Parts: sequence; C-alpha cells; structure tokens
Amino acid sequence: MWLSLVGKDVVVELKNDLSICGTLHSVDQYLNIKLTDISVTDPEKYPHMLSVKNCFIRGSVVRYVQLPADEVDTQLLQDAARKEAMQQKQ
Amino acid sequence: METEASIITSLPLGFPTCLFELKMHIYLKRQQMLFCCTTNTVEEPLDLIRLSLDERIYVKMRNDRELRGRLHAYDQHLNMILGDVEETVTTVEIDEETYEELYKSTKRNIPMLFVRGDGVVLVAPPLRVG
Repeated sequence: MWLSLVGKDVVVELKNDLSICGTLHSVDQYLNIKLTDISVTDPEKYPHMLSVKNCFIRGSVVRYVQLPADEVDTQLLQDAARKEAMQQKQ
Repeated sequence: METEASIITSLPLGFPTCLFELKMHIYLKRQQMLFCCTTNTVEEPLDLIRLSLDERIYVKMRNDRELRGRLHAYDQHLNMILGDVEETVTTVEIDEETYEELYKSTKRNIPMLFVRGDGVVLVAPPLRVG
C-alpha cells in the first residue's frame, strides 16, 4: 500500500506536533519515512528547517500521515485489511 | 492405473469421478472453506474491528485527541487508514485568577489519514444519541 504512495505528496504529522509536507521517497518495515523536497504546511507547527530538503523520519515519532484521497483505492484497502487480519490470526 | 480404479470404486456414491468434475468439486470446497474462514471464526477484538471496515468509527487517541472517520484499513498494531476524518483536540485552559477550567476543542477535517497504532487508545462505533 505504501509502495503505491511513493512519489506522492504527503503531510507527516509527528508526535511533537511538527507537520512536514514532502514527497514520499521511501518507506521501510518499521514505517520509517524518507521525504524529499520538504515544504511548510501548518504555520507555527513547522520548525524553521529552511535549509533542509530531504529528511528521514523514524517511524515511531509519526502520529499521522495525511494521504491524497484520490490515490487510495478504498475497496482494495479493505480487502487487504481483511486478508491481513486473517493471516495474523493464523 | 490399478490404484486409480480402486480409488474410484471406493468413493461414495454420487462422488464425481471424471477429472473435470473432481477438479470442480475441489475448487468449490476450497471456496466454501475460504468463505468460512472469513466469517465463522472466533470473534477476537480485532475481528470486531474487522466488522467495522467501511463503516464510520470513533477513535480515541492519546493526548486528548479523537477521530471520527470511515475505516478503510487496519492491522494488528492498530495502524489505521481513515477517510473523511474529523479530528478533535481538546485542551483545558485554566484561568490563573479564578482557577476556572475552560474546555476548548479544536477540530479539523482531513480527507484521507494514516494513523499510527501506538497512539490509539479506543476504537468504537460513532457515539450517537439513540
């Protein structure tokens, strides 16, 4: 699911209330995120990292990731969730 | 060839014997079993969340946050993907002079949101009156 989002613009909101908008470069098994081409979203909730273009975000500090709604196939997601739930049981 | 014949004669009456019928039979049984696996299994808490897929749910999170949205996906960590989400953040402002508590809540709407499971405290159907 995350692989289909690579290359899309997302907003990552961290547990310390920082919001970072950027292009999703990669994701790993821990849901660590690499973002490229960072830009400002929320005004004060964004630190002054003007020089930063790319960043690596540890998965555990992420609170939300705002996704583009049109990218997501909800039916596919729901089916995948059901399958994963079944696999997890066994 | 001999073993095949002996197997066929030992099958119950009405059991398919030609290869095509046998394959169909096995296919249908497998479909049946798969269907049963998704519905007749014991209802663990995560199964109850499965029942809420594509339904609106209420999620209580740490730091006095609440989400209401449509559940599209979840996993065993309770990472979730919610659509059409309304986030409510509740803060308490205390008046320094009167020590009055003033509860404020901030809401915002997000079309599609991934929520990390470690912040989730409660998952429930939306709270409605009646």
